[in-house]
Amino acid sequence: MRPFAYHRPADPAEAVALVAADPAASFLGGGTNLVDHLKLGVTRPGTLVDVTGLGLDTVEQTDASLRIGTNVRNSDLAAHPALRAGWPAVSRALLAGASGQIRNQATTGGNLLQRTRCVYFQDVTTPCNKRESGSGCSAIGGYGRYNAVLGASGQCVATHPSDLAVALAALDAVVVVLGPDGERRIPATELHRLPEEHPEHDTTLRHGELITAVELPSSPLAARSTYQKARDRASYAFALVSAAVGLDLDEDGTVRDVRIAWGGVAHKPWRATRAEDALRGEQPTEDAVRAAVDIELTGANTDDQSAYKLPMVRATTTYAVHRLLEGSR
Amino acid sequence: MEHREGALGKDALTLWLVQSTIARGRVLDVDAEAALAHPGVVSVLDHTNAPILGQGVDEPDLELMVLQSTEVRFRGQVVAAVLAESAEAAREGAALVRVSYAEQDAEVEFGPDTTLEIPDKVNPDYDATSDDGDVDAALAQAEVVVDQTYRTPYEHNNPLEPHATTALWDGERLRLVEASQGPYAVASSLAPLLGLDVADVVVTSPYVGGGFGSKGMAHAPAMTAALAAITAPRRPVRLAVTRQQMFALTGYRTRTVSHFRLGARPDGVLVAIDHDVVEQTSRWKEFAEQTATSTRTMYAAENRRTVHRLARLDVAVPSFMRAPGEMPGMFAHEVAMDELAVACGVDPIVLRERNEPTVDPETGKPFSRRRLVECLQRGAELFDWAERPDDARSRADGVWWVGTGVASSTYPAKVMPANQATVTSCEAGEYRVEVGAVDIGTGSRTAMKQIAADALGVDPSCVQLEMADSSIGPATVAGGSSGTASWGAAVVAAAQLFRADHGDSPDPGLQTTASAADIPAAEDHALHSFGAIFAEVRVHRWTGELRVPRLLGVFSAGRIVNPVLARSQFYGGLIMGLSSGLHEDSYRDPRFGHVVTQDLASYHVAAHADIGDVRAEWLDEEDFVVSPMGTRGLGEIGIVGTAAAIANAAFHATGVRVRSLPVTADSFVS
Repeated sequence: MRPFAYHRPADPAEAVALVAADPAASFLGGGTNLVDHLKLGVTRPGTLVDVTGLGLDTVEQTDASLRIGTNVRNSDLAAHPALRAGWPAVSRALLAGASGQIRNQATTGGNLLQRTRCVYFQDVTTPCNKRESGSGCSAIGGYGRYNAVLGASGQCVATHPSDLAVALAALDAVVVVLGPDGERRIPATELHRLPEEHPEHDTTLRHGELITAVELPSSPLAARSTYQKARDRASYAFALVSAAVGLDLDEDGTVRDVRIAWGGVAHKPWRATRAEDALRGEQPTEDAVRAAVDIELTGANTDDQSAYKLPMVRATTTYAVHRLLEGSR
Repeated sequence: MEHREGALGKDALTLWLVQSTIARGRVLDVDAEAALAHPGVVSVLDHTNAPILGQGVDEPDLELMVLQSTEVRFRGQVVAAVLAESAEAAREGAALVRVSYAEQDAEVEFGPDTTLEIPDKVNPDYDATSDDGDVDAALAQAEVVVDQTYRTPYEHNNPLEPHATTALWDGERLRLVEASQGPYAVASSLAPLLGLDVADVVVTSPYVGGGFGSKGMAHAPAMTAALAAITAPRRPVRLAVTRQQMFALTGYRTRTVSHFRLGARPDGVLVAIDHDVVEQTSRWKEFAEQTATSTRTMYAAENRRTVHRLARLDVAVPSFMRAPGEMPGMFAHEVAMDELAVACGVDPIVLRERNEPTVDPETGKPFSRRRLVECLQRGAELFDWAERPDDARSRADGVWWVGTGVASSTYPAKVMPANQATVTSCEAGEYRVEVGAVDIGTGSRTAMKQIAADALGVDPSCVQLEMADSSIGPATVAGGSSGTASWGAAVVAAAQLFRADHGDSPDPGLQTTASAADIPAAEDHALHSFGAIFAEVRVHRWTGELRVPRLLGVFSAGRIVNPVLARSQFYGGLIMGLSSGLHEDSYRDPRFGHVVTQDLASYHVAAHADIGDVRAEWLDEEDFVVSPMGTRGLGEIGIVGTAAAIANAAFHATGVRVRSLPVTADSFVS
């Protein structure tokens, strides 16, 4: 691999300054994705700024929210009693990701910034616009089982691999970011972006901006939420599709409010707001959920290899609602 | 166990492979300037400066003729290699090598328009075709016909330990520590190409982390390490093949397309079996998977025909992968049998009983043992088969459709010739036993010690076993489920001859070397193991995801030398069969020519959560027609039929018939 400089700054401002000053610098968290990329040549940073010594590794609960430091490990967060009680979809999403060993290593912020597992992105011998802007997209017309079916562009059909990010997008989380000009707060739904003409950018973060925390607002929806993931193995596999659903019902059983986000279908966690709109005020029957999903799927693009994703996201979302109505999470 | 030569790792250089990025053409130039300028890089080997191989050898193995010409025959071929003082420097050096090419059109996938040829033989030396009776006439008259096409994907062996070589050239002899299933096979394939005597290539394989056939022979990386060692005398050269490189360089199983036609009477008795296989090989080195050979032996029918047809492509060379032939062929045959059972309304086990032959249908010879029906019946008892509803999609448990399925399994028994063993008496009633066997994680070291102790009539603690070293002498590979029988027969022969020559209380230092005697009766019998695989499959009624909570194999595999080791081998076979049934699938991108699902995140093998209650049982037996120990071999039979049992159970659960592996959720989502 390319030799690189390694820094281990003492505070977040120093970390931000180090990366902001150097276009070839990257933050290093748990390293579960970046270290693979260093070996494969997918990225070749000149400087790594290790942020795992910055603290930022506590979970703080207030009446209105849960604030999760960026360095909280995925396994610790998944097991946190407050999270399990108030935001079960987030805990389930974390536990549905990776393996026990990787969850012990991976951080909250790092999980959100992991990159697509598109096989062409990871193979430097094939063209990939995300890895090398303008080189072309090999996934179009290639191996397509994991390709995006919503919001893709002619430049990129990659999907975002994080489970955690899907649950955060559903439950109105806020990502707290420190940059050279200070702190800003980004809704989780706006952290990741669609590929459009620039698939090399996964997120709306600017170079040098560091995720310092994730905040989860308390709500009845969040407390009655779940995460359902369909995959090719019983564990340790990326989502074919996944659904994070939060449900708040009136006394007569109609939907007072609902949140739906999908993984495995797009370049970003896909918040299904049109499906949510269709369900509000309705009885959440299987037919109603399927119909609402179909409204959201209008405009989906599939090919032979990805066509299965539409019935599967319909089934997975319906099953998630079924579980919530049954009282399980 | 320390191997005889001691450790080789001190002061080692690291070697990194540079692979072609075209599928066919010529190397125009290897620009090593940037690589050589990188700190720690020692040298860059390519076709212009590599030692010359194969002088005076007729038709050398092109897979091993590394860096000998500009010709590129497949994408991923070794076109250069970088030697450096560290793994990091070697890898970066490899990334800095610039190779330019003159590219030619390549054919890297087969389809309806591909030219197909019937090969002279299929692996290892079976006829490519067979034709008995009049299949077409019988099918035309048959009252029930199953006519379907079954597909299995490209699969890669993926032992947990990737291939690795440490090589040292001392000016006279080449020493290799190699992750291998056959140290002698590696030595004897490399030596002539290097212009050396076999005795001057010493290969040891003291510890090996699995192989599944991919380490059954030397591949290009081992030869590259040997070449690099010759250019760096007296410094060991270390090469660790990466997981991604394994998908191009260390073998794989071909994709197969089996067109099956079964003709039967209404009661399910077969009158015709027709198995037409299309598969592929590399254009430049043939490996023809013997996909239809098990079909010739499985069931009685007067009219039987098999054919293998081969596409020759500009691709990496396919090779042995656990139960080559039997695994994909029996998937097709045993799903077709399940379809016949449904078509006839006959229980799948009864159907198989009705088609049980009295002699081998192919040769007319009696079987040394054929206890398939007993395996099926014992399995049915253990699996509560009697409780099974006849109709598909008739049982649910919560959100799961539940079904069960069965398939037969078989694997030929082989005893390889050309093994020898040496017994030497030592002090205090101890014996040194040398045999060129290798333990790739199966426990063959333990089994060999047991066999030696038994043959010598001493306690196992009195046997010092030396193995995994080519300098011990000719030995065959840990492959073909033949290791224990083949090496063991030599050990028994040497022990018996030693006792005959030197008696029961020999002085120290006496020695006997012997090879196994042929068993004349073997010629007059068909030698096969059989088994029955049972699976319970649950299919999620919403997402279509599959689970296999129960998997059972009952086997007739000869005498069991060590029940702990045998059970582990059966489990491993069943689990790998489950993995092929549900997960394994290499996607070769036809635009590029290489496999793009080239790591364990995109090429799925079964993980812990996919494995439920796995059980293996065997029938007590001895088979002295096959080997003097009464063993037949059991390393591969567990993978055969398992994927079919799972596909059949998935049909029983849902009513959806899947004829292509792997069986995945998208077939069942609703």
